[in-house]
Amino acid sequence: MTANAIQKTNPDMKDAILQVDHLSMKFGGLIAIGDLSFQAKRGEITALIGPNGAGKTTVFNCITGFYKPSEGMITLNRADGSSYLLERLPNHEIPARAKVARTFQNIRLFSGMTVLENLLVAQHNKLMKASGYTILGLFGFSGYRKASAESVELAKYWLEKADLVDRADDPAGDLPYGAQRRLEIARAMCTGPELLCLDEPAAGLNPKESLALNSLLMDIKKTSGTSILLIEHDMSVVMQISDHVVVLEYGRKISDGSPQSVRTDPRVIAAYLGVDDEEVEAVLTEVGDEDVIEQLDTGPDSAHGPGTSSSYLAGPVSDTIGHSQGERVTVSKGASKAAQYDTRANSAPRKPSERLTAKPAGKSPKPAAAKSPTGKPRGGRK
Amino acid sequence: MAVSVSPERDTVASPVQRALREALFAGAISFGLFVLFIGLKTDQNISNQLILVQRWGLLITVVVLTMLGRFLYIAYGQPFMASQKVTNVATGLLPASVASRFFLLPAFIAAFVLAIVLFAFNNSLPALVGDGLAGYLQFLRALAVIYALACVIFYFRAFIHANFTKLGISALVLYPILVVVVLSLNAWSITSGLQGSLKWVDNFGIQILIYVMLAWGLNIVVGLAGLLDLGYVAFYAVGAYAYALLGSQYGLSFWILLPAAGAMAAFWGVMLGFPVLRLRGDYLAIVTLAFGEIIRLVLINWREVTNGSAGISGIPKVTFFGLMTFNSTDPNYIGKVLHIAQSSAYYKIFLYYLILALALLTAFVTIRLRRMPVGRAWEALREDEIACRSLGINTTTTKLTAFATGAMFGGFAGAFFAARQGFVSPESFVFLESAIILAIVVLGGMGSLVGIAVAALVMIGGTEALRELDFLKSVFGKDFTPELYRMLLFGMAMVIVMLWKPRGFVGSREPTAFLKERKAVSSSFTKEGHG
Repeated sequence: MTANAIQKTNPDMKDAILQVDHLSMKFGGLIAIGDLSFQAKRGEITALIGPNGAGKTTVFNCITGFYKPSEGMITLNRADGSSYLLERLPNHEIPARAKVARTFQNIRLFSGMTVLENLLVAQHNKLMKASGYTILGLFGFSGYRKASAESVELAKYWLEKADLVDRADDPAGDLPYGAQRRLEIARAMCTGPELLCLDEPAAGLNPKESLALNSLLMDIKKTSGTSILLIEHDMSVVMQISDHVVVLEYGRKISDGSPQSVRTDPRVIAAYLGVDDEEVEAVLTEVGDEDVIEQLDTGPDSAHGPGTSSSYLAGPVSDTIGHSQGERVTVSKGASKAAQYDTRANSAPRKPSERLTAKPAGKSPKPAAAKSPTGKPRGGRK
Repeated sequence: MAVSVSPERDTVASPVQRALREALFAGAISFGLFVLFIGLKTDQNISNQLILVQRWGLLITVVVLTMLGRFLYIAYGQPFMASQKVTNVATGLLPASVASRFFLLPAFIAAFVLAIVLFAFNNSLPALVGDGLAGYLQFLRALAVIYALACVIFYFRAFIHANFTKLGISALVLYPILVVVVLSLNAWSITSGLQGSLKWVDNFGIQILIYVMLAWGLNIVVGLAGLLDLGYVAFYAVGAYAYALLGSQYGLSFWILLPAAGAMAAFWGVMLGFPVLRLRGDYLAIVTLAFGEIIRLVLINWREVTNGSAGISGIPKVTFFGLMTFNSTDPNYIGKVLHIAQSSAYYKIFLYYLILALALLTAFVTIRLRRMPVGRAWEALREDEIACRSLGINTTTTKLTAFATGAMFGGFAGAFFAARQGFVSPESFVFLESAIILAIVVLGGMGSLVGIAVAALVMIGGTEALRELDFLKSVFGKDFTPELYRMLLFGMAMVIVMLWKPRGFVGSREPTAFLKERKAVSSSFTKEGHG
């Protein structure tokens, strides 16, 4: 792979630091992400939210190279104009070259090393160059000593930001949970990232620590110009600090916009709070059962759903999915609450024009899958 | 259904009762264990037939001793320690109190005087009290010396702790000189002093330092990078054969071949590393184990080059940087150049300083590398590989450098080994060697240079000291060879240390950088790595 293939200039995408196009990730028969597209703008905080198991962390793992996506393209546009296709870069080059740093949902610190050492490890690549790949540094060249002192200064700067200076010489494993979260963010920032991906940074924090985290993130956004992409369940964090929210459910995007618009989006509300079974029943009886079940099968969001992607033939997630060994895995059809909302919204008018985009592609593969003789009885909906 | 509680369970058994019960259990277990090990023995009779010798008396002795030991421990040992703990807490003497009661000044003086007296009458002892008793007295003398030394260490522990490195290095540098001086004074002649120093310098000094160096080399791979390598001896073999072959075939100097042997071992480290570093944990351990065996089998079977299991002999000695040699026939033999008496001790003393320098080089490089980005990356890799990758560290090259660096020091040690022995054969590079080196690293505390050096001293010095316990022959019979029990010693030391200090002698970790003060990181935070 040459550098040019990965690196291309894309002047149109200047304002979007991260561009995810038609991203899919399949594990055997399980589709964790299905045809997801979104953008994260430079200098903004973009939040990725969704119920448990919606595939948020999988998206992160695809962006940071821990997974190779099954399909799709992830473009990162750096401030100097160069662009990287992240799905083609090796894992460790994504932080090194594309300047994407991340934290983990279950904190991954070097617990046996001190707080300061954690931050110095983060500056590995810079220091390796300064030490002449160890050889010059071994003989005590002054260039390395200078770079080493600079790296300690940078570490100190981030320790102050994260309010950890007093604990700098303690082992990272000895810090309280909230401090470990802040340290992980400080460590990621020490790599000098342009995009910082935070996987549930507020998980397990008390309200006070959560507030401190908010101000740290706002500070990072203002002073360092780093764009932030975060996964979060804590809505106080999401609504207060994010400029843009993307909502996932069952690996599909169900909403995308400003925090205010997302908050009032009925599909998001349905996804989080669920739809009353009674309402669904009422709709079902209203419109004749068979048809509604067909409707339920068509996926959560017809605009972003399977219908628009020609490559995506396996049908919606809530359908019967072909497993790698030809076995079929059936996911409860009533699982996607956003889909149920869509069903109710669409079932009453049932105008062909509304479903124009979804029907031809979305419907044709589905009956074959659902009604195939080997298929297990469809079920799950109560 | 009603649950009835038996009245016996309510009352707590007295220690003696409990001890009786435990002793019975221990007796049953040891009987079950030893009935086949000790009770029966296969032997050959006069007409070469295989016969079964029954040793019930010995079995009963062992079982009774086990029961007695268990009984005493439960009945008196445990209550004593429990009350000791209470007293210690009450008097606030923890934890030095037991030690300060053990190391008493009068006892120290007594031990010192005893050791001096026994040393003074060393030569006339067998005539005075007979051979058997003289052996015991020598053992007693050794105990007295150890006790006196332990007392000195205990009383000056603060000073020793503060200046450990300086004291350790100066003790190592002065060791051969001290040995020669003491033995010369003892025999009142320099020649016999030099002759007598051979055992102490070669069997103890050089042997221990080779293992210190090997363990420090392996420490880079296992202790720092957290990659479990069970085939380290392969790199030792590569270094040894590199010097043995190139030195004896092409007559190249040791000083050229030492870096070459290191480079070759490092090259093989990388060759092994490339395919196997995607493996982790147990899988990596097994592949490295296989690599060690492959190298050994190649050495055995590639007869045209390695001379098979007969090995290579006549490996040239190291010269004193080309200025002087240690072959008494050469014109520039050290004795002729310096006009001193001929002795084989010069070469051993020179080798001692050579391996000391090599070991110190290993330590120096390890200490330097730990403070460099690559060393920090090794330790970070041991702590969390995924986090390393998320920080842009190329884990493959980082692991490879660890493998290559560790292998390089193994190669240096191998070249030295070949020069010291003058003979190499595949026999010297069996899996057991890898296991011993790894055991030293684990016992010493992974990552800790001091701990590893102490572990090597105890384990290798201990096994060498077993050879000195000749008096045991008068206890266990003439065909008793104490050095055959070195693996038992190893096993016992492993069990004891792992119970007492699960992370090795020195479990804590020195941080490589600090803002305000350098605080050791407790072993409860460090990880062992996953391969």
